Amino acid sequence: MSPRTMATRDRRRSGSELVGEGGRLLPAVGLLGGLAVWWTVTALGSGIITNFAPAATFAVLAELVASPSFYDHVLVSVYRFAVALGLCLTVGLPVGIVVGYFKAAERATTVLFQFMRMISPLAWFPIAIIVFGVGTRSAVFVMFMAGLWPIVLNTAHGIATIDDDWITVGESLGGDTRALLRRVVVPAVIPDMLTGIRLSIGILWIILVPAEMLGVNTGLGYLILDARDRFSYAEIPAIMLVIGFIGFWLDLSVRRLHARWNWG
Amino acid sequence: MSIESRAATTDDDGGDSGGGADARADSASAVEQDAGGAGTARSAADAAPVVASDLTKRYDETLVFDGLDLRVDPGEVCCLLGPSGCGKTTLLHLLAGLEDPTGGRVEIDGEAVTGPDYRWGVVFQDPLLYPWLSVRENVEIGPRLRGEEPDADHVDELLELVGLDGVADADTADLSGGMAQRASLARTLANDPDVLLLDEPFSALDQLTKMELQDELLRIVDELGVTAVFVTHDIDEAVYLGDRVAIMGPVPAGIEHVERIDSETRSRDDEAFLAERAATFEHLEAVGLE
Repeated sequence: MSPRTMATRDRRRSGSELVGEGGRLLPAVGLLGGLAVWWTVTALGSGIITNFAPAATFAVLAELVASPSFYDHVLVSVYRFAVALGLCLTVGLPVGIVVGYFKAAERATTVLFQFMRMISPLAWFPIAIIVFGVGTRSAVFVMFMAGLWPIVLNTAHGIATIDDDWITVGESLGGDTRALLRRVVVPAVIPDMLTGIRLSIGILWIILVPAEMLGVNTGLGYLILDARDRFSYAEIPAIMLVIGFIGFWLDLSVRRLHARWNWG
Repeated sequence: MSIESRAATTDDDGGDSGGGADARADSASAVEQDAGGAGTARSAADAAPVVASDLTKRYDETLVFDGLDLRVDPGEVCCLLGPSGCGKTTLLHLLAGLEDPTGGRVEIDGEAVTGPDYRWGVVFQDPLLYPWLSVRENVEIGPRLRGEEPDADHVDELLELVGLDGVADADTADLSGGMAQRASLARTLANDPDVLLLDEPFSALDQLTKMELQDELLRIVDELGVTAVFVTHDIDEAVYLGDRVAIMGPVPAGIEHVERIDSETRSRDDEAFLAERAATFEHLEAVGLE
């Protein structure tokens, strides 16, 4: 047994000694690193790529953030996202509960759902446009087809794998079916639901951009293409930063919610 | 049963247990083996008798027991002792209504057991606390499941009774095994059950914690005056806790022998207690060798 192989659990991951007092700064280091790569690529390149340099981007970003019309686009994007998420929850949670609870429903739907899940939501676009026409409804439909599955599948999994003994205890304590559902089954499944919702939120926010590039003339996705058409190239990475920022914030808030409901 | 009435007797534990021991000794001569008679050590007005008659349980090809009779008197502690796989947990599940018998019937307080009910509370081998609730909320869940608002004073007293009043707001994940099992016991007691059915509740605990909890269980059963059926594979535990120990043989033997425990004191080094232990061990050995 050489001393080298002996390591305490804490030290087994190399560099863990850095994650101490200065650990809080590490995310900032990562962000600065990303910025450095961005700057290097645009500074070393020539031609059109120089348009996307950080300095120009941040200058445009400052203008964007100061202009009221920009917020109209942000709001309409957030609105579409919220409607799509609402639809995913309204359909996904009940379907997930039924599929998780009834073995036959699970058998009947597993192949179908796995099949549907693998069809790119963007493939639905022509159908959406033909059925719903150009506009918010098409974009929301495409997002819905993308964000539904994680909620259905995680909810179903949570219901199917709930600890039977928890139910037995609840029964022996005198709970009827309704009380057991409300006080045992639902709280026990919430972590799985939140996992599904978190995945769904990520997918919805990602699909939002291409959805808005295809069928509408408002929103952040549309704005990116519009910036290209107006030859204001620095605006493109500026809008991307805004998209990333909102997405990060959305994910962070669900993660916080999830942490409160996570009992390991 | 009211918590207030027994709170007064908590302090004079010494005098109380002396009286209890006398009563225990008296009743011993009055009742023969498992043929139940009235008058047990803990005469509790609210406690209910548990009666199993001609009980048969079969899983497909396996006969667990056949025509089993058991009577547990009000306020009595009856231990079911036997080797692994002898069907003692199955018997407890039948008493609790968690499983249906193949034949025969179970009555608690004269009422046929057809399913689980809060009046016969079960303490399981694992604490099975709900991890999304605090310790206190876990104790409160019984009344809530029955659609009642839990009585805050009652819950306080139960938490104190099991020694968890300091960690009422803690997460269940932060409890030790012994503390979790105390919380589980308090959760069952919050329903004011007439009968306590315990399925090897201390078997996963270390020896010291186990002994501590055994003493506490005896104190609690005495204070609340409930009837208790306690499943265990630990001879010392059975002899220490039980007014009677029902010894079960390998399937499908059922209950082979019922040993009445007459020890006047529950001191673990008392001679009479050791003699009871030896007698129980002999019977268990006889059953095991068959």
